[in-house]
Amino acid sequence: MRSNGPIERDLAGSAVSGGDAGGAVGDAREAEFQALIEADQRIEPRDWMPDAYRKTLIRQIAQHAHSEIIGMQPEGNWITRAPSLRRKAILMAKVQDEAGHGLYLYCAAETLGVDRSELIDLLHQGRQKYSSIFNYPTLTYADVGAIGWLVDGAAITNQIPLCRCSFGPYARAMVRVCKEESFHQRQGFELLYALSHGTPEQHEMAQDAVNRWWWPSLEMLGPPDTESTHSAQSMAWGIKRFSNDELRQRFVDMVAPQAVVLDLVPPDPALRWNEERGHYDFGPCDFEELRRVVSGDGPCNRQRAAHHLKAHEDGAWVRAAAAAYAAKHAASAAA
Amino acid sequence: MVAGAAAVSTLRIADDCLVLSHRLAQWSSWAPTLEDDIALTNIALDLLGQARAMYARTAELDGTGRSEDDYAFMRDERAFVNCLLVEQENGDFATTILRQLLCSTYQLAQWQALTTSTDGQVAAIAAKAVKETEYHRDHATDWTLRLGDGTDESHQRMESALAALWPFTAELFESDDVSRDAAGLGVGPDPEDLRAAWDAYITRVLDDATLVVPKVSWKPTGGRQGLHTEAFGYMLAEMQHLHRSFPGVTW
Repeated sequence: MRSNGPIERDLAGSAVSGGDAGGAVGDAREAEFQALIEADQRIEPRDWMPDAYRKTLIRQIAQHAHSEIIGMQPEGNWITRAPSLRRKAILMAKVQDEAGHGLYLYCAAETLGVDRSELIDLLHQGRQKYSSIFNYPTLTYADVGAIGWLVDGAAITNQIPLCRCSFGPYARAMVRVCKEESFHQRQGFELLYALSHGTPEQHEMAQDAVNRWWWPSLEMLGPPDTESTHSAQSMAWGIKRFSNDELRQRFVDMVAPQAVVLDLVPPDPALRWNEERGHYDFGPCDFEELRRVVSGDGPCNRQRAAHHLKAHEDGAWVRAAAAAYAAKHAASAAA
Repeated sequence: MVAGAAAVSTLRIADDCLVLSHRLAQWSSWAPTLEDDIALTNIALDLLGQARAMYARTAELDGTGRSEDDYAFMRDERAFVNCLLVEQENGDFATTILRQLLCSTYQLAQWQALTTSTDGQVAAIAAKAVKETEYHRDHATDWTLRLGDGTDESHQRMESALAALWPFTAELFESDDVSRDAAGLGVGPDPEDLRAAWDAYITRVLDDATLVVPKVSWKPTGGRQGLHTEAFGYMLAEMQHLHRSFPGVTW
């Protein structure tokens, strides 16, 4: 197979335009790559690809992996306080799934020639991000339901098209992730349903959670199309299939009727069915808040980062011991 | 004959599983590797499943018809009959791994014996639990070897963990009227009888891990009578508060 050439180490940076294909050979490779994209075929790790394509994917897959891992914290916050053994088992399994998703995604990123530990370092340095949504606190058990219903619902809306992403390992990881996320969304809906059809206090708890998670969930689908930095190139490369605003509309169209079944009212007075458009109308997102949270000033950014860093640092001696043991026993096996 | 010996004996097992599951679940998002975050939660989930099955059987045996949540959330410290080892705080990863090695080796021997219980339901629960617990013991064994025979630091941490936890192992094998009566009924093994298999396995693993069992005279006990360590009260307070804050509701 063709080699990819040296891997650019500026992993934290955004996609840059232009590839590394110089001269006539380069032009032929570029054309072959472009033809695969246009034929809606998958690019595999050993295929030639433009540097910018590789960097964009590393950035996106790493951000996705980090989101799964940081996303364990807000829900994990309730594992030790789950109100029934059944809910506890469901929540533990769910948080464990998120860890599993993180693992697949780091592996998918590794096929692009980076190491998981490099990506974790970039996360700790604040040079790679994770989804803004996990910077909000979980204040009651109903938040577990609201995260499942709204946050996982928004994530699915974003991720289902990624099952057709042009990069094979990412697309295949997404197939399994989406199956599990779809189950997560149903468990969130089922929890909120139990609360909203329980006592008045439980209903109030569910409504309060939806009030707090509704807008951040719409916003997590990204800035409006007019301001989205990476969208155009990603769409040309078959990494992204729908614009942020299209995804937001799909998401609202999915959850607005579900809210009725839940007997919960989304905190948006402008939310109503528009017969003419065949879609729900909804009010404006506070993208200024999204910008603040993404740039580090959300309610839990510092806490989430410190938690992950502490877990990583506390575990350093364990990883060192595993490496020392492996080296010792490899040496004695070779002797 | 102790009244309800069979029910008390199943309750002891259920409480061991629940409490150990809760302690392991506290590791979620704190483990040293992503793989071990998944593994510890997996073990915690297995243990939670075992606890739920044994609470359900206990409710039939003690005739109270209590729900699994009644057992988990509505009893105070003095009514829990788990051993003291499972409630010990997580400490560092070495402490958690060693606790898991000591517990799952015990639980495996116990579940193996329970597969021939005269109580058909307990035997069926045990048949499934044996397979799960074999994995728990393997996971703890692999890490005990790596940490014991890894770096100087990891070795020292394992030694400290042994010093802290070893005293609590004596209680695992104590027999009393309940356990003797349950054994007489054929419901479960007498803990005394689990000792030989446990000793043989633990000695071999610790030896392979270059670890030495500390000589200790202190043998704390009381868990089976509801006399627990102070940290256990905090664990229950956290675990039970939400359930108790909304009496009688469905979640």
